[in-house]
Amino acid sequence: MSDTRADARAGALKDQSMVIQKEMIAAHYERLERAPETGEPVVYTFVPGNLTELIRSFGCLPVLPEINALQSGMRGKSRDYIAEAEKHGHSEDVCTYVKCDIGMAMAGNIGPTGTKLPKPDLLLLSYTGCYTFMKWFELLREQYDCPCVFLHVPYQGEGVIEPEHREYMVRQIRELVIPALEKISGRKYDEAALCERLQLSVQAEDDLVWVLESAKHTPSPIDAYFGAVYYVGPIFSAFRGTPEGVSYYQALRREVQERLDAGLGPVAPAGPLDNQKYRLVVEGPPNWTHFREFWQMFADEGAVVVASTYSKVGGTYDFGFRHNPQDPLGTMGDYCAGCYTNHNLPNRIDMLCRYLVDYKADGFLINSVKSCNSFSAGQLMILREVEKRTGLPGGFIESDLVDPRYFSAANIKNRLESYLQMVEARRGGAREARAS
Amino acid sequence: MSRTAIVDWARGVYEDLDFTAARQWLADHPGRHACGYLPVYAPREVIHAAGMLPVGIHGSGDIEIIRGDAFYQSYICHLPRSVVELAQSGRLDMLSAVLFPSTCDVIRNLSGMWQILFPQMYVRYLDLPQVADPQMGAEFWRRELDVVRRELGRVAGIEVTDERLRASVALYNEVRGVIRGLYALRGAKPWQVPTEELYLLMRAGEVVGPEKFLEMARAYAAAAESDDQRVRDRTRVIITGSFCEQPPLGLIKTIERAGCYIVDDDFLAGNRFLTGDVPLDGDPLSALAEGLVRGAVKTSVLYEPDPEGKRNLMKNRVAAAKADGVIFAAASFCDPALLDRPMLREGAEKAGIPCIAFKFAENSGQFQQFREQAGTFSDSIKLWGDA
Ligand code: SF4
Ligand code: SF4
Repeated sequence: MSDTRADARAGALKDQSMVIQKEMIAAHYERLERAPETGEPVVYTFVPGNLTELIRSFGCLPVLPEINALQSGMRGKSRDYIAEAEKHGHSEDVCTYVKCDIGMAMAGNIGPTGTKLPKPDLLLLSYTGCYTFMKWFELLREQYDCPCVFLHVPYQGEGVIEPEHREYMVRQIRELVIPALEKISGRKYDEAALCERLQLSVQAEDDLVWVLESAKHTPSPIDAYFGAVYYVGPIFSAFRGTPEGVSYYQALRREVQERLDAGLGPVAPAGPLDNQKYRLVVEGPPNWTHFREFWQMFADEGAVVVASTYSKVGGTYDFGFRHNPQDPLGTMGDYCAGCYTNHNLPNRIDMLCRYLVDYKADGFLINSVKSCNSFSAGQLMILREVEKRTGLPGGFIESDLVDPRYFSAANIKNRLESYLQMVEARRGGAREARAS
Repeated sequence: MSRTAIVDWARGVYEDLDFTAARQWLADHPGRHACGYLPVYAPREVIHAAGMLPVGIHGSGDIEIIRGDAFYQSYICHLPRSVVELAQSGRLDMLSAVLFPSTCDVIRNLSGMWQILFPQMYVRYLDLPQVADPQMGAEFWRRELDVVRRELGRVAGIEVTDERLRASVALYNEVRGVIRGLYALRGAKPWQVPTEELYLLMRAGEVVGPEKFLEMARAYAAAAESDDQRVRDRTRVIITGSFCEQPPLGLIKTIERAGCYIVDDDFLAGNRFLTGDVPLDGDPLSALAEGLVRGAVKTSVLYEPDPEGKRNLMKNRVAAAKADGVIFAAASFCDPALLDRPMLREGAEKAGIPCIAFKFAENSGQFQQFREQAGTFSDSIKLWGDA
């Protein structure tokens, strides 16, 4: 394909799903900005274990501080926000999402699209898979004089959702979360409305899984890490259980189907990635401050990511979970407890091993971010265990989410290159073994 | 027993990273088991009621890390790597079970690592009830305790009856009472109870079992009470933020020698996590659960439902301890302590309480910088405190 054709294709492909998503997000932020006038209540909450369908069934608008932080990182604003938070006594050692968000609030709370974010009417603290969430909302509560409702989601320490833990979550949703939403919205809980939204979630979830699993094909029509962060955006944030969400995933699926039919790869920042030399699985969140540069490093080497764990932080749908409209509160409990970082380490290792086999990957890479103990503590052991169990090579790189001070392009590039050389060497070894 | 002899004994237990005291206990009690627990809070009553020796695992100070660093990146606190070091070098092989309380994600993930590294040990992650509703929290925690009761009973080959539980609760009420007494004595007469000594005693208490601890702690309290020491002109400080990874003993000594009386702290906070006695009537697991949900100490590892709670905490603690200032001393990379610090510090400073903050690691070997900071802090309070 000539460069001109490649560029034209890149433009055309980006246009479809990304434009839709951009419009959805812009409309949402505009609606948020108008919320103080329209009176639509605003609920701040987290990505893992969010109760979007429930929040929206009360006519409330969700704000996801993690999404704001990552967007600030992508738009080059996080450095200043983090500096602002550190100036106010925050340690350089802690999660930079928190500091980025706190810094943004201190600097006037202008959201990622340039509109002003409204104050929360409620902080819905879903304590799923991350201890820092608790501190984050305690800190936000200091800033906004508003109620905070806590949803304690027990960790899958034993590798399963224990029935009593599920009951405990349902009880909290029924007795604490719903009354708090009723209070700020002035509406009564409407189970039929919730179930309708859950039904919409299922449709979007089916399409998302189809898209993620399309990476089982060779060449892969998607990048399941860098590309997937766009794909999961709507479902992980404000749009699960909405008609816009459903339409987005239908469009995305069509788009991926077209690439699949044409035998094409995804579109990386500098153009299509059709010549795929390496199929990788990635564990850990991406770096946002140098996202395009980071992705392009992989693309330049012909490396496509066929599965990632980060794209499961807001739900492990590919392992079968779907919201169940027949059991609205129970299913929300299952959803919360099933998010990736709420799984214990043995489960996380199993997942990676399964991805390596199911997606016929050449190896796996861990991007360990300084910010996140939830992901990072234990990753060196994950590396060794997955290597041991699959015999496939693992690589380890380090960066951060939104603190540009911890992104060393040269270092990461070096490590990636040596890692891919190792993959190549193993392949050579395997070929020789087969030949003899 | 003399005060010096008790302190020497405690120092010996503290420094012994082979846990000889625990091994001796096992040798003296054939057929019995030991159960470890990580910081901060684990229900030691349930371990004890299963006939097991509760053993606190609090890292290993400045031991050379040979294997632990291969498990952790440089930006994760020191505690888990030294714990892994202890375990990988066989120093914890006398344990039959280990409990991992929900202190933070590092300890949480360590529970999964343990499941893989030591499949022969019983491992349970203890999800402390974080919910604001006390009744719901107590019911949840009671069920967790019941699982631990059942599972430790299975490991120990003992049926953990309510009667056994009540006896253990009674014993730990005594332990809590003695510790409260020692802390109160130190608060009132810090020259009689240097924190270095108190700390060593508390550390020994994490290994030797409650019966032995009670004997030694009572003897120490009696000696400290009667042994008149010279009152010095020192500043009364609270140290906070060291509830999990422990500061090196040298750091505690340095702060005292720099002119401070430590009158309150959160070292080894788990042994004072329940602030009151646990009732002995009724269902013992419910009593323990209620004790936690309604009577836990205010700490960074539990959700604070009261919006004023963080702002007021240091003010209240300073008033209760009649302290002059607060030293925020957190382990490097300790999310719970470091994320709490701006809230706590702001509240303290708004109330006019002088504060300083620093970070340490359990293996910090240089104390000069701490000496200077604490010395200047103490001097400035003495100079300007009444101005
Ligand atoms: S610690 Fe990790 S999961 Fe938690 S808020 Fe930070 S980045 Fe998110
Ligand atoms: S020192 Fe802090 S971060 Fe480290 S394990 Fe303890 S509580 Fe967690």
